[in-house]
Amino acid sequence: MKMASLIEIIANGAKVGDQRPWPRFAVDAVQWQEIAEGFRDGAFVLSGLWGEADAVHMALLDGASGEMAVATLPCPSGHFPSIGSIHPPAIRPERAIHDLFGHVPDGALDLRPWLDHGCWGVRHPLGVRLPAEGGSPYAFLPTEGEGLHRIAVGPVHAGIIEPGHFRFTANGEAIVRLEERFGYAHKGVESLMHGLPLDRAAKLAGRVSGDSTVAYALTFSRAAEAALGIDAPPRAHWLRALMAELERLANHLGDIGAICNDGGFALMLAHCAILRERILRASDAGFGHRLMRDAIVAGGVTTDLDPQRIFKLRQLLTELNRGFPQLVELYDNTASLQDRTVGSGRLDPALARQFGAGGFIGRASGRDFDARRKFAYPPYDQLAFDVPVRDDGDVNARVWIRIKEVEQSLALIEQILNDLPGGAVRVDLVPRAGEGVALVEGFRGDILVWLQLGDDARVRRCHLRDPSWFQWPLLEAAIEGNIVADFPLCNKSFNCSYSGSDL
Amino acid sequence: MRRLLFQGLVRSPLTERLPVPDDPELAALSRKLDAAAKRRLGRSLSIRAIDAGSCNGCELEINALSNAFYDLERFGLKFVASPRHADVLFVTGPVTKNMREALGRTYRATPDPKWVVAVGDCAIDGGLFAESYAVIGGVAEVIPVDLIIRGCPPRPRDLLNGLLALMEQPRRAASSP
Ligand code: SF4
Repeated sequence: MKMASLIEIIANGAKVGDQRPWPRFAVDAVQWQEIAEGFRDGAFVLSGLWGEADAVHMALLDGASGEMAVATLPCPSGHFPSIGSIHPPAIRPERAIHDLFGHVPDGALDLRPWLDHGCWGVRHPLGVRLPAEGGSPYAFLPTEGEGLHRIAVGPVHAGIIEPGHFRFTANGEAIVRLEERFGYAHKGVESLMHGLPLDRAAKLAGRVSGDSTVAYALTFSRAAEAALGIDAPPRAHWLRALMAELERLANHLGDIGAICNDGGFALMLAHCAILRERILRASDAGFGHRLMRDAIVAGGVTTDLDPQRIFKLRQLLTELNRGFPQLVELYDNTASLQDRTVGSGRLDPALARQFGAGGFIGRASGRDFDARRKFAYPPYDQLAFDVPVRDDGDVNARVWIRIKEVEQSLALIEQILNDLPGGAVRVDLVPRAGEGVALVEGFRGDILVWLQLGDDARVRRCHLRDPSWFQWPLLEAAIEGNIVADFPLCNKSFNCSYSGSDL
Repeated sequence: MRRLLFQGLVRSPLTERLPVPDDPELAALSRKLDAAAKRRLGRSLSIRAIDAGSCNGCELEINALSNAFYDLERFGLKFVASPRHADVLFVTGPVTKNMREALGRTYRATPDPKWVVAVGDCAIDGGLFAESYAVIGGVAEVIPVDLIIRGCPPRPRDLLNGLLALMEQPRRAASSP
């Protein structure tokens, strides 16, 4: 089946609303299931699955053609056919829909709570609210066999990292199964979004996953602009891309250092951390905040560059262009480190494809997808860059993808600083109702935001889908057969967001 | 291979040749902090970070304290892996309902005397998340807090200043639970 036939399937349903830039169609239960079969057969990728009080929605992506659509199944009865039962990537989103809205995915194999730990005092907070039930202990999947033992870690970890629980079943040193248990960082973002004016909503979007604050604010703002039918000025697009690439650089350098540190090579961490700190300081000098928080809003950006700030950013480029190649050489030539990274935590390309894994995780396992390239949102349509892809899929591959992406980001920043157009950096907003969707390439993968605005341009409904939704489950697969001691290394090489997917 | 390692041997260490204009000030701050910790505790300071539901932004800046610009360890301030070795708990995030129990347990596992620092705007009053069904609010709603450090996230320098203020402030009455 090809995307054209997918569009045919859902176009039999009625086009609903005026969603931009990609259409939204109402489908019935039969079409809903046909689409699910399309996911299973690899015809297209499930890019998001979320609920509403009386409906469920999914975003479909054709990675090859770069087409996208949203399909909506009304479910006034509170039931919908499970997609997870035939396409596993949908399992966790369905569990979340069940927790938040109370809708039941009929035929689902796993309906254990995901975000709801029985602590909220309410069930189905975004649907028909019910009083909380006495919490029963979470039923981890059973593992049986001779010589197996279990190790439980978290939610509080030894390092300075986010909360989550990992349950290992090991045979001696080897991991037989990993089961993740998350939701600890669930902050109810989607309910908080409801009724917010756009400026506050953009701030909240920028706090879904702090390390991706630029990417989230950008995705949200693009969805808002699509809903309002406006475009940001050219200079704003370029400044946004500059911030996005600085964020990518800072995170990739942090990751490369941290992965090597977990591989027993602390020197690399020390050097990468210095480069990272320089990026944060230059970002601060350029945009007034080390993480460039709240600088991107619907309609443009809140801050502009002057020649002095541009000079600081050029200085940064010079430092990075001098310092980074030495670190690459160091990584490449440290046999003891490669000993740990080569062959560890290998992710099968078939799984990466099935889950539509974004970012370095997908691209290190053969999935050639980058929203900057596939959707070429401005200014990437005017910039030259490569999208590195490998298919070895191990920790080493994920390090190398990051290294290559650092090089690409440096080249992109240089182009942006050279060709930055002049003019305004923000347009005024005219409040109106509308519906928009946006997909943006954050450092860890593509972020999806779906947004409905009411007449006063306040948020009626907003769904923010972190790339981690379709990456975390793959860590469970990639870790199998590795030794317990290599888990931190593998986990760091994935570096998924807890807060982003707990939402 | 190791031009970089070799440079490390023949040059002075990276931490001392950083051309950071405000480095002396920062170093002085850190030294003061170390002295205050020694006065107060008779030894260096151990910090345990705990994320009670943050967006992970605060963690990034706490982590930055270990880079060569701030280099906490140089002055004997260190992050420890277990609350049982900690003098100070750095708590970030609005406390989510799903993290309340784990936060309480970590607090109780930390031996007295201990200080709790609410790091970041969310940890102070729940920040933008305060109104959520899933969020309790600031850290003080769950465990006693000795100091707050504002910011979203606080800059590393603010974190150091906060620690210094903590060591210099009079001790509050003995903590319970
Ligand atoms: S204070 Fe800011 S950076 Fe820290 S957890 Fe809250 S939103 Fe994130």
